[in-house]
Amino acid sequence: MEAWRLPLSSSIRGKLISAGYTSLSSISSVSSSDLARDANITEDEAFEILKLANQSSGSSSYNGSGSLINGAKNAWDMLHEEESLPRITTSCSDLDNILGGGISCRDVTEIGGVPGIGKTQIGIQLSVNVQIPREFGGLGGKAIYIDTEGSFMVERALQIAEACVEDMEEYTGYMHKHFKANQLQMKPKDILENIFYFRVCSYTEQIALVNHLDKFISENKDVKVVIVDSITFHFRQDFDDLVQRTRVLSEMALKFMKLAKKFSLAVVLLNQVTTKYTEGSFQLALALGDSWSHSCTNRVILYWNGDERYAYIDKSPSLPSASASYTVTSRGLRNSSSSSKRVKMM
Amino acid sequence: MPEFELMELLDVGMKETKSAVALISEATSPPCQSARSLLERKVENEHLSGHLPTHLKGLDETLCGGIPFGVLTELVGPPGIGKSQFCMKLALSASFPAAYGGLDGRVVYIDVESKFSSRRVIEMGLESFPEVFHLKGMAQEMAGRILVLRPTSLANFTESIQELKDSILQNQVKLLVIDSMTALLSGENKQGAQRQHQLGWHISFLKSLAEFSRIPIVVTNQVRSQNRDETSQYSFQAKLKDGLQEHTKTYDSHLVAALGINWAHAVTIRLVLEAKSGQRIIKIAKSPMSPPLAFPFHITSAGISLLSDKGTELKGPGINTIHARGHSDMINFHGECS
Repeated sequence: MEAWRLPLSSSIRGKLISAGYTSLSSISSVSSSDLARDANITEDEAFEILKLANQSSGSSSYNGSGSLINGAKNAWDMLHEEESLPRITTSCSDLDNILGGGISCRDVTEIGGVPGIGKTQIGIQLSVNVQIPREFGGLGGKAIYIDTEGSFMVERALQIAEACVEDMEEYTGYMHKHFKANQLQMKPKDILENIFYFRVCSYTEQIALVNHLDKFISENKDVKVVIVDSITFHFRQDFDDLVQRTRVLSEMALKFMKLAKKFSLAVVLLNQVTTKYTEGSFQLALALGDSWSHSCTNRVILYWNGDERYAYIDKSPSLPSASASYTVTSRGLRNSSSSSKRVKMM
Repeated sequence: MPEFELMELLDVGMKETKSAVALISEATSPPCQSARSLLERKVENEHLSGHLPTHLKGLDETLCGGIPFGVLTELVGPPGIGKSQFCMKLALSASFPAAYGGLDGRVVYIDVESKFSSRRVIEMGLESFPEVFHLKGMAQEMAGRILVLRPTSLANFTESIQELKDSILQNQVKLLVIDSMTALLSGENKQGAQRQHQLGWHISFLKSLAEFSRIPIVVTNQVRSQNRDETSQYSFQAKLKDGLQEHTKTYDSHLVAALGINWAHAVTIRLVLEAKSGQRIIKIAKSPMSPPLAFPFHITSAGISLLSDKGTELKGPGINTIHARGHSDMINFHGECS
C-alpha cells in the first residue's frame, strides 16, 4: 500500500513523501523519533502516522479466525443472522407477508408513492408499531421521525397510538383470562413520548442531522427505527447542480446504511413521485433520479389499483416481487376487506 | 462535502475533520422534541388545538377541528364552484373574536383575480352571525381586519410575502389566503424547468412561513384538463395486468388540479370542490388525519353550507378526479359567483 493513501493532511503527507517514505512498509519499520526527524514533523504527528500505518497494514494480513479479509463474514453465519432479524409489523398482515414479516431492521427501505396514498400514514404506523413490547411480539424500541415537509400530524399519531393500545389491551384481556399474563402498562401518551421528532427545514439541516444521528442514537440506544418523511422535499427544489445533488444523496444513503447496520435498526425513507419519459410515454417513477434508485436496499411502491391501495415490492435482495392491498382506516393501516385474493406474485 | 476534500482544504488531520464535522452537524441539526410534547404544546397554546373552524360541522369534525395551523391547505375546483366564497367565509371567521369561534386577528387576503367583494363578506357576516354583526361598529371592525392585496405580478407577490414574513407576528396576522396560486403563476412567461423552480421556491417559502408563524395558509388552485399522454401508471403496472383491470379512460370532462405533482405533494390538506350531476360536492382528497369523505354543499347568502354533515366515503381514484358535469347551470347564483 502506498503512503499517499493514508488519511493525513496534505502538508504532512507532502513532508513524508519528500522525505522518501513512499510505501507503508518503509514507515512501519522506523521508530517515531526517526520518522519525526527525517520528515521534519513533530513526535506526536509521527506517532499518529505510525499508528495509522500499522492499522492499514494489519488489515491485509491473514486473520486467524478463518477469514481472508478483515471484516468479512461467511454466508452461513450471515444466514443465521438474517433469519433472526427482527421485523417491524405494518399492522396489515398482507403487507407484512410480502415483506417477509415486516420492515426489516438493519436495512434501508425506500417507500414511495403519489400524494395521498398513505406514505406518511405508514411512517406514523411504523413509529408506533416499533414500540410494541416484546411480550406482544414487537421490538419494544423507540422511533425517530424526521419530518422535512411538515406532514406529521400529531393528532393522527395519537389516533394510531390509541388504536394500538386498544388492540394490545384486547389481546391482554384474552391472555389474562387464559394464561394469567400481566396487565398492559403502556398508554397512548407514552407512545407519543417515545417518538423523537425532528423538523428539518433545509437540505443543510438534513445533512447535518444525518451526521448527528450517530451520536444521538448512541445516546438513545433503544431507537429501532428512523423514518424520514420525505427525503425528497429539500432536494427537489433547492439544488441547482444535479451532479452535486447525486453525490450528496448517495453519501446520505451510505450513512443511513451504516447507521442501520451499526445499531441494528430499520431506516425507512419516504419518497415522492415524478413523471418520467421512458419507452415512448410518460410514466410515474420515484423522484430523485436513476442513481438514487440504486442507493436503497429495498424499495416499495405504493399505488392505486382500481379502488384500492396497493403496495408493490419493486426491489429487494431476498423477497420476490409481489403486491398486496392495504387500507388506511381511522385506526391506522389495516388489511383491506377484500383481501382474499389480493396477494399477487409476479 | 466529503471528508477527504475538507481535509485537503483545511489542511488538518482526519480526526480533527471528523470532530469538526460532528460538532457542526450537532449545532446545525434541528432540535429534538417528543411527539407528546408537540401535542401538549398544541393543546395548551393554540386556539382549539391549532385549528380554524370552517363552521361546516361535518368538515370540522373530520378535520379534527378545522383548517390546521402551520400547514398549507389547498382548495381546488373548476371555475365558479365556490372556492373564493369559501375563502371569504374563512377570512371572516378568522377575524372574529375568540368568543365566537374566531381567531381574533387580522387576515391577509391575496386576491389575484379581483374576486374579493367586501359587500359579499358583510352579507355573509350578517346572515351567518347576526348576533355579532348587528352590534354597532362590529361590521366595520371585522371588515377592517381583513387586508386585501392585489399583486400585479409574481414578483410583486413575492415581495409582499417576504415583507409579511417579518411583520406577521407583531401585526397579529392569523390567516393568509392566496386566491389563486394558479393565476399568479400563469401570468409569467417562463417555461418548463424554470417555472417548476419558481414554484418550488414559493412552495418552500410558504410552508416555512406557515410553520414558523403557526398560522393556517389557504391557497386556491384551478383545474385543467388531463393531457392525452399523461398517465398515472408506473412501469411495473403494465406488467402486472391485474385481471379485471381494464380501466377504460372515462372521458367525462376529466379534470385534474393544476400546478403539478410537486405542488400536490407539498400541500398537506387538499379539499376538492366539484360538481357531479348538478350537485356541488366538497371532498377531502388528501388529509393525514381524515378519511376521504365527500359532503354535498350549496351556496346561500350566508356563504357555503353543507347539505349533510355526514359525508360519504370515497374510494380509489374517485378521490382525486375532479368533475365539472352539470355545472354551468349553477353559475348564476345571485348574478355573481366565483
